[in-house]
Amino acid sequence: MGLKMQSHHSVAVRLNEQLGTKRKYTFINRVWFPKILVVWIMFMAFVSRVLYDSMDADNKERRKEVLVSMCDQRARMLQDQFSVSVNHVHALAILVSTFHYYKNPSAIDQETFAEYTARTAFERPLLSGVAYAQRVVNSEREEFERQHGWTIRTMERVPSPIRDEYAPVIFSQETVSYIESLDMMSGEEDRENILRARATGKAVLTSPFRLLGSHHLGVVLTFPVYKFKLSPNPSVEEYIEATAGYLGGAFDVESLVENLLGQLAGNQAIVVNVYDITNRSDPLIMYGHQYQDGDMSLEHVSTLDFGDPFRKHQMICRYLQKAPTSWTVLTTAFLVFVIGLLVGYMIYGAAIHIVKVEDDFHEMQELKVRAEAADIAKSQFLATVSHEIRTPMNGVLGMLALLLDTDLSSTQRDYAQTAQACGKALITLINEVLDRAKIEAGKLELEAVPFDLRSILDDVLSLFSEKSRHKGIELAVFVSDKVPDIVMGDPGRFRQVITNLVGNSVKFTERGHIFVQAYLTEHAKAVMNAKAETCLNGGSEGVIPSGNCQFNTLSGCEAADDRNSWDTFKYLIADEQFQIDASNNVMTTDDTSQNVNLMVCVEDTGIGIPLHAQEQVFTPFMQADSSTSRNYGGTGIGLSISKCLVELLGGHINFISRPQIGSTFSFTSVFRRCEKNAYTDLKKPLSDDLPTGFKGQKAIVVDEKPVRAAATKYHLRRLGILVDIVGSIRMAVATCGRNGSLRSKNEMQPDMILVEKDSWISCSGLNLRQLDWKQNGHTFKLPKMILLATNISSAEFEKAKAEGFADTVIMKPLRASMVAACLQQVLGMGKKTGGRDMHNGSSYLRSLLSGKKILVVDDNRVNRRVAAGALKKFGADVECAESGKAALALLQLPHNFDACFMDIQMPEMDGFEATRRIRMMESKANEQINGGSIIEGIAKRTQWHLPILAMTADVIHATYEECLKCGMDGYVSKPFEEENLYQAVAKFFESKPSLDP
Amino acid sequence: MDVIVQLQAQFVEYTTSLYREGFLDDQFTQLQKLQDESNPDFVVEVVRLFFEDSEKLLNNLATALQQQCVDYKQVDAHVHQFKGSSSSIGAQRVKNVCVAFRNYCEEKNLEGCLRCLQQAKHEYYLMKSKLETLFRLEQEILAAGGSVPMMT
Repeated sequence: MGLKMQSHHSVAVRLNEQLGTKRKYTFINRVWFPKILVVWIMFMAFVSRVLYDSMDADNKERRKEVLVSMCDQRARMLQDQFSVSVNHVHALAILVSTFHYYKNPSAIDQETFAEYTARTAFERPLLSGVAYAQRVVNSEREEFERQHGWTIRTMERVPSPIRDEYAPVIFSQETVSYIESLDMMSGEEDRENILRARATGKAVLTSPFRLLGSHHLGVVLTFPVYKFKLSPNPSVEEYIEATAGYLGGAFDVESLVENLLGQLAGNQAIVVNVYDITNRSDPLIMYGHQYQDGDMSLEHVSTLDFGDPFRKHQMICRYLQKAPTSWTVLTTAFLVFVIGLLVGYMIYGAAIHIVKVEDDFHEMQELKVRAEAADIAKSQFLATVSHEIRTPMNGVLGMLALLLDTDLSSTQRDYAQTAQACGKALITLINEVLDRAKIEAGKLELEAVPFDLRSILDDVLSLFSEKSRHKGIELAVFVSDKVPDIVMGDPGRFRQVITNLVGNSVKFTERGHIFVQAYLTEHAKAVMNAKAETCLNGGSEGVIPSGNCQFNTLSGCEAADDRNSWDTFKYLIADEQFQIDASNNVMTTDDTSQNVNLMVCVEDTGIGIPLHAQEQVFTPFMQADSSTSRNYGGTGIGLSISKCLVELLGGHINFISRPQIGSTFSFTSVFRRCEKNAYTDLKKPLSDDLPTGFKGQKAIVVDEKPVRAAATKYHLRRLGILVDIVGSIRMAVATCGRNGSLRSKNEMQPDMILVEKDSWISCSGLNLRQLDWKQNGHTFKLPKMILLATNISSAEFEKAKAEGFADTVIMKPLRASMVAACLQQVLGMGKKTGGRDMHNGSSYLRSLLSGKKILVVDDNRVNRRVAAGALKKFGADVECAESGKAALALLQLPHNFDACFMDIQMPEMDGFEATRRIRMMESKANEQINGGSIIEGIAKRTQWHLPILAMTADVIHATYEECLKCGMDGYVSKPFEEENLYQAVAKFFESKPSLDP
Repeated sequence: MDVIVQLQAQFVEYTTSLYREGFLDDQFTQLQKLQDESNPDFVVEVVRLFFEDSEKLLNNLATALQQQCVDYKQVDAHVHQFKGSSSSIGAQRVKNVCVAFRNYCEEKNLEGCLRCLQQAKHEYYLMKSKLETLFRLEQEILAAGGSVPMMT
């Protein structure tokens, strides 16, 4: 029962616990726990007490039952024995009446009686002796006395005084022969007995008294003996009349019971008392001690029926010893209590623990909330601070730009330019810090737009071209043909990573090269494995560089990760070549998978990363050592951002670096494949359109360094030019010559020969024009000779020209579009030779904007006026609208405007909303055009897309992203700044060749 | 000729002081740069627009803040406008007050807003008088037949 209760209790506790965890702070008040524990302990004490009591009661019950059965047994035995004796006495009575009275003369005399009774004494073990007393009335006394020869005496053994009646003993058993001639009626007890016996005709008993002989307690049994047979239902008078005498026997109860008990087991355990309770108020003891000992607490009373209805007897039994304390019960109860205590304590402990854990949890939650709040505060702080820094910085930069526009001495210009560069660097840094904060806060969301990976790599390279040329390092890019043209992903973040890595490389490299390569991860891995195998099989087939340390890398300098050297590279290319030859569809194998796993390596031959610092490279603000920042500047945040970004892009970044030799950073990223038909439409704005005019042309690249040649080939191949690589000019000449003479082979004469500057210098003694082409000159047009160089001095340039090279030198780093432009120039395929580099500053802006119709949307009159003024200054035809709605009204199709500058924050309809609506309108119209009439659709391939630029004072990235999201093409920060405006506008007006030249 | 030189010197000094004391920032310079032969009164025109707008806005603000139940969104929109136009003409100090004003607006701090309104009014009228003085000087120079020196 205790256990059951316990389980209930614990269930309740558990329930409370659950409730507690569900609700926030409602778990039972912890103050209650000790109280509940105390209550529980008390409850357990109670339970064990009850248990003890019940078990004890059981015990007692059993004890009592034992007592009862023992007592009853004894009583029954006593009674049985007694009644057996009584029957015998009865039999004696009948014997006496039969032989003494019915026979005449009497057949019994004292002698006979004594002998008979002595011989039958075994039948009456309880009786100390029997005797017969004759009824003698006073009138017969004399005769009686004379007849017997003695006088009747009283119990006191003196001659009896005269009475009505006497009952002198005439026959007696030998054991009680001393009572012969005593008048039984002289004793008060006996007299009563006699009277009662003759009146009832039954055996009667006296109350217990001390027997004469033994002084034991005893009772006297008296039977009446009648002179003749009585009628069936005699009256008392008839009884008395018929009475002849009385047969009596003394029961020695004490020895009787003693004897009896001696025969029974368990004799010592109980105390037996026998009482005569005829007079209930004063029970007379018949057996046992008057002063009761033994266990008073428990007794059993059995009534005894000795055959005398007048007398009542009972037997009282009790245990001699008090019930022994039951150790089992005590132990059980105690154990239950202890178990309950322990269980209670365990639950209490658990509850306390839970409460503690819950407390901790709440505390943690609170801390988390606080930490999050702090994080948000940090982000806000960063945003605010960066904004606050940007505002004055814009001022500084603006003023510097203005300053640079004025007439300055070269020193002043230098100072101002430096200041501007620093300012720009600072803004970049702030953006980076902001970026990192955002990445950490997980707020940076990746775009998924289709983009051209190659053009992004080209762009990044072009960013650093100036620096690399200046430093004289080779900068090249190579993208595996297996990498699809267009992939889905976040171009901005991808570009950021590449820019970071290349920027770092450029910063830390003073000589040698920087080589950016992009492969599909699977492909690169397969090749690596293949290469490892061949290495194992073929032993050391790699050329061990001797003496002058020429390595088969891009520039010949040793690179940290030799996997990228020519040994591997040629496998990569060869593999590709093979695939192309085997089937024209490059992507058959990979087409099934939706993801493009790209691996990009940026290899440089810079100062490398000291071994001890390599572990910390990706920790923010950790540069290799403090001297690094002194020597090279930078904050060291770039790589940590790159790492974050790469992880966002689904890849990982790692590097191999050897101090003083260089570093190779490689990262992987996952993009999605873009469906072909999905991007054919989009392709135009995605990448600079490469001219297709070179398709099918043939070129020979003369370069002794195979890796570099491969990079060159990569760019030319993108233009559709078929490329042959030869190691030296002589070989090139030889190839040409052979081709010339063996035209039957259906091979085309090369249209151009691109000569690496190194290769040219190594055999500069030759006059190419004279030597080479004369022998077969008349049969074909001379191929154009073009020099490829990282940097070239004017003297060298002159010399090259003199030797027959075209006067355009293709400057490295190579970019497909740039190569195309140069080739166009050289081959005279005159088209617009456009390039941003040709134009600069406001004059270009003026030319760009002049005559363009531009809509300015701003609710603020002043702002509107200023914007309009600024745009007008550059020759634009400006119209204004003061709200998003007005702008929508003006911007009906077909568009009258070339561009729209839109304020973002406007009442009613903000810039985002207005743009969204315009885009929606346009896309509808586009659908109609494309779907409606195909013929017209072909005629007007151009789709409606009005360039919309946001005007905002906010230059935080988030705003920019939002701008792009709702379909804007870019943003201009307010107030207008020339450079900013130029950059924003140039994108649209430059890439779209104006209809009128 | 002396008068012109003197006026020009005064003009330069005055303008410099305006920049130095933070009344104006480089946006004003940008404005001046936008002004050319084809658009001779550009600065004055823009500034006039600014004055008109500002006075209207200040009135609106005063009314909005006197309401029983202040519509802070409305107030914020006004302040945003005010900030936009002041930053467009380069009235830096007015703009700065507007920034603080918007913060109070965000907090819905009526007291702060009212204080800012007072400050904005003060700064605006100060600005107005400064600019008017500047234009008067310009006029005087032009009237005397001189040319307004370019501040770069």
